[in-house]
Amino acid sequence: MTTTALDKRRRLLPRWRDYGRPRELVVRYLLLFLVLGLTVGPLLWQLLASLKGTSEDVFGANATLLPHHPTLRAYRTVFDQVPVWSYIRNSLIVVALSITSQLVFSTTAGYMLSKPGWKGRKAVWVVLIASMMFPFESIMVSLFISIRDLGLVDSLAGVWLPGFVGAINVLLMRGAFLAVPREIEDSAMLDGANEWQRFRYLYLPSAWGAIMVVVINTFISAWDDFLWPLIVLRSEGNMTLTLGLSRLQSSSFGYDQRMVMAGSVISVIPVLVLFVITQRWFYKGVSSGAVKI
Amino acid sequence: MTAQITKPVPVPGTETSLPGPAPSRLRALLPGPSAGANGAAMYRRWWLPWLWTAPAIVCAVVFGVFPFLNTVLLSFTNAKPLGGAASFVGLDNYTRMLDDSDFWLATRNSILYAVIVVPLMVLLPLMLAVLVEKNLPGIGFFRSAFYTPVLASSVVVGLSWQWLLADDGLVNTWLEKAHLIRSAIPFLSDSWLILLSAMGLTLWKGLGWYMVFYLAALGNVPKELHEAAQMDGAGAVRRFWHITIPGVRQAMMLVGTLTGIGSLRVFTEIYMLGSSTGGPGGADRTLPFYIRDVGLDPITGNAGYGSAVSVALFALTLGLTLLAQRLTKEDES
Repeated sequence: MTTTALDKRRRLLPRWRDYGRPRELVVRYLLLFLVLGLTVGPLLWQLLASLKGTSEDVFGANATLLPHHPTLRAYRTVFDQVPVWSYIRNSLIVVALSITSQLVFSTTAGYMLSKPGWKGRKAVWVVLIASMMFPFESIMVSLFISIRDLGLVDSLAGVWLPGFVGAINVLLMRGAFLAVPREIEDSAMLDGANEWQRFRYLYLPSAWGAIMVVVINTFISAWDDFLWPLIVLRSEGNMTLTLGLSRLQSSSFGYDQRMVMAGSVISVIPVLVLFVITQRWFYKGVSSGAVKI
Repeated sequence: MTAQITKPVPVPGTETSLPGPAPSRLRALLPGPSAGANGAAMYRRWWLPWLWTAPAIVCAVVFGVFPFLNTVLLSFTNAKPLGGAASFVGLDNYTRMLDDSDFWLATRNSILYAVIVVPLMVLLPLMLAVLVEKNLPGIGFFRSAFYTPVLASSVVVGLSWQWLLADDGLVNTWLEKAHLIRSAIPFLSDSWLILLSAMGLTLWKGLGWYMVFYLAALGNVPKELHEAAQMDGAGAVRRFWHITIPGVRQAMMLVGTLTGIGSLRVFTEIYMLGSSTGGPGGADRTLPFYIRDVGLDPITGNAGYGSAVSVALFALTLGLTLLAQRLTKEDES
């Protein structure tokens, strides 16, 4: 009796041979681990190097992969010698401002564009599409001049403003709102919901996935952005984390490599946490066609 | 569904007193459509849709369309990035550009970047997607792990590669230990090697992103085709070329277009691996790098000339996009 019960349970669980021939499986897993080493290896090495003490080599023939005496000393040093807290605060300010403005204005504009019945929709559509045609790098000179004329050089507002609300996010939200079935809105109208209530309690909750994509994409692009902050920001006190980190590279500063690695790890952690929490929507963001290389 | 409605539908926008959080004083600012003659909702307050879309329109115009028009205008002047008198110089910037060997070097680097990165970026992530497509134990972990380089900023990845490729870095040490090389390969001091290393970095960072992109496309390739081919004795390689690739053609065209445009935008990789000068003597500068150097330097910069190079970059991007569109169309017919 016990054996039959066990057999039944076994049949429910997949067995190794259900996955294919043994040789194919071995090759697949070998390849998987090889790619794992190539993709995660450098980042993992960075993490391990940041945990090494000063007595251990990071480079050269004597360097080992694992730290013999793991220590957080490099993290203490990086916080002591470099204004990391200020970098992090500045990055977070830009991220928070960008997410707020992107979210509020891409949903409202996307909602209106998903509605028929007002003149000028097509014109708005054309303007939005046109604004996406120009690669940032080909307009950055004139963007900088605009920011200069606004008196925002070397300010976080100057870093934030060009990313105020992106046309791509408006189009994304419009698509999500269009997917809401007409019947549901009709019945909401029947129940006497006015347009604001329908937007707030019907449309926004049903576009949850797209909203997450906007939040995630905005977070990553603002947190990881480098070229624009490099152009706009001048003084140490206003620098964002990527900018501060890039300055650690030049050997003229004479910083310890373990410290640079520690700084890198600090900058990856927030995005990694976000990734773990919101993994489901991350992949959606890719398939929704956002441009990235 | 609407046919079953028996209760009269309240005319939208004429709601009198409704429960709910919208305060009545704000009601005037809220959009309220009323049924038009042809049944389509018409907004009684015509300006309301404009109010809701205004921030997006303003942002698209001020930070998208206007900067481009202004770039074209600036390219006929000798404006300075930090202000001061600017005058009209006609086509001077463009004639200077045509004679500028540094400009052509940057153009060559950018085009070379696209020529090398695009085919690899179209194929490698596809192969990776095929590898992780099959549901094996632990495959979720591998998929997520392959995605992590996407999450790290280019600066962090650049820092890591800097130390990996240094003369006494991990790669050179291992190659020396394996007796494959006698002296260190100068990844970070030879201009060609810097360019190739930067391309490697771009590829490495983009792999996971396009892998996920392809995973979605692979879901649409019929499984039966693979099974039938397998029964006829077709190996994995042949099935990849004859079933998978034709099945995801459209996705490949799209990835090719996106990575092509992306290659023309490369900046950070060169900055991190070739230092802030863009390689020895600026030999590895790409077009965006060159634009920043000539157009935005606070002291020597000439925003007019930088704008002319920007127009060239835009023309190159546009040309590439049109080419990709044409290829896609030919492919479809």
